[in-house]
Amino acid sequence: MRLLEDFDQERLEINLDELGLIDTGGVAALDLLKEKMGNKGFEVDYTGGKEDIRRKMEIFSLDNPMVFEGSRKISFFEKIGEGFERIVRDYMSSFLVLTANVVYWSISDIFKSKRQRKGEFYNQAVLIGVNAIWIVAGLAFIIGLVMALQSSAQLRNFGANIYIVDLTVIAMMSEMGPLITAIVVAGRSGSAIAAEIATMKVTSELDALKTMALQPVRFVVVPKMHGSVITLPFLTIIADIMGILGGMFIAFVSLDITPQVFVNRMAETLYNRDIFIGIIKSLVFAVIIVLTGSFYGLRVKEGAEGVGKVTTTAVVVSITLVMVADSIMGLLFY
Amino acid sequence: MRENNIIQVRNLSASFNGRDILSDVSFDVFEKDITVILGGSGAGKSVLLKHMLGLYEPREGSIHILGHDMAGLEEKDQKQMYLRMGVFYQNGGLLNSLTVGENIALPLEQHTDLNDELISRIVWTKLQLVNLPNAYGLYPSQLSGGMLKRAALARAIVMDPPLLFCDEPGAGLDPISLASLDKLILNLRAQMGISVVIITHEVSSILRIADRIVFIDEGKVIFEGTLNEGLESNVEHVYQFFEKGKL
Repeated sequence: MRLLEDFDQERLEINLDELGLIDTGGVAALDLLKEKMGNKGFEVDYTGGKEDIRRKMEIFSLDNPMVFEGSRKISFFEKIGEGFERIVRDYMSSFLVLTANVVYWSISDIFKSKRQRKGEFYNQAVLIGVNAIWIVAGLAFIIGLVMALQSSAQLRNFGANIYIVDLTVIAMMSEMGPLITAIVVAGRSGSAIAAEIATMKVTSELDALKTMALQPVRFVVVPKMHGSVITLPFLTIIADIMGILGGMFIAFVSLDITPQVFVNRMAETLYNRDIFIGIIKSLVFAVIIVLTGSFYGLRVKEGAEGVGKVTTTAVVVSITLVMVADSIMGLLFY
Repeated sequence: MRENNIIQVRNLSASFNGRDILSDVSFDVFEKDITVILGGSGAGKSVLLKHMLGLYEPREGSIHILGHDMAGLEEKDQKQMYLRMGVFYQNGGLLNSLTVGENIALPLEQHTDLNDELISRIVWTKLQLVNLPNAYGLYPSQLSGGMLKRAALARAIVMDPPLLFCDEPGAGLDPISLASLDKLILNLRAQMGISVVIITHEVSSILRIADRIVFIDEGKVIFEGTLNEGLESNVEHVYQFFEKGKL
């Protein structure tokens, strides 16, 4: 091509006689040359060539030259505007509709037990709550232990050993317990909820429910919401207890605070309010995890690849929302 | 012109992301007929079915089923309409978390006041009707392709609907299973007197079961008539479809 830049004749003739073999790439290159020279006003012709070569030239040539439309440049502010519009239109409005539906059916179905599938609430409670007990308990114990261990050295320097109890108990009950539980459940069950609903959508199960005159949200999401809202507070209490036990162990080993002293101090430190805050947080987190998992599950578009995508997104978004909600509640309660 | 049309599609147009999928589609489905909507892959058959089922809103035009405009139905009326139609999805659409028996019993449990014993009896009857008497306690994942289709058919007819929609019932089936499924659909029509709308491009199946055909090509109806009229049609695509399909 570069050699032809200085071409100063009106007509270019390409003789194909010596060509022994040509493939799609070769034909495309020749055609491109012809097109570019043609655009510059030169006439280009092919001459000669074996029958096989001419036939391939005919088969592999494009009927119409390709037209590449340059994409319109979008300004920075346009991008922001479009992004905002998409968030409001695609995400916020459908999330609000889903939330309204789930809240309505979750409350109304409590009073309509006949319409609930038998054993479904139990199944969901086991899947979301009971099966997560060991991982939540183990993780909470380790977090309580590490938290106390890190603080013990500092407290010893100030002779404030006993405050390890205040630190461990209040942090676990009102902050770490609900948060650890929510993160574990979002990872385990939030992903499972998104994957299950997305798979149901991909395999037409949700369409089938709709054409059986059953509300997919009511039928699929509501039992998960019930299971989650009931079990998460219990899981949180287990996490609180295990975290405190971890702190108690370090207090005994590292600061010579006996379990009895620890418990006595805990009774002085702990108020019903702290327990209550933890429970409220766990309820809010339960709603966030189920809504986010369901929302992304229902949004799946492509096949198996889409299921993977929405599952990952659901976990990331639900953990982020749990953190945001925790911060907001932290500001409200203290 | 026959008058007992239970489905009237008029000037239906649909588009997704600015691309026209259906344009100006009009046809009728008559009572107790097996009407096959056929056409090549990507012709718009499945999109048409989803519009007929009320899962998509039409951009233009109307769909009247059993005398009701599907687009203008209130939620309560739409529910009543769904109870009068059975839908058999391409991949079964059975809920994987439930056994076959539970899947079939689901519409009865949710929409009727029948007791468990009676529901079980109805489920057994339907399973017997589709030659699947031993599948009651099995999960969909434990069934073969042909069994899965028959189980899905049993669920689609559990409420004794006057109208049955089938989306590609023969997809993925070997010729023997396909023939057996066709025979089953013919038997159901004979025994229950239901009208059937089938979306398919299996020529052997169309030749066995269709009373009427509606041929869709690139989102347009290019032929509507009886099967025999279709076989003798001079419309290029219809002629080629049947000629090449017979090979």
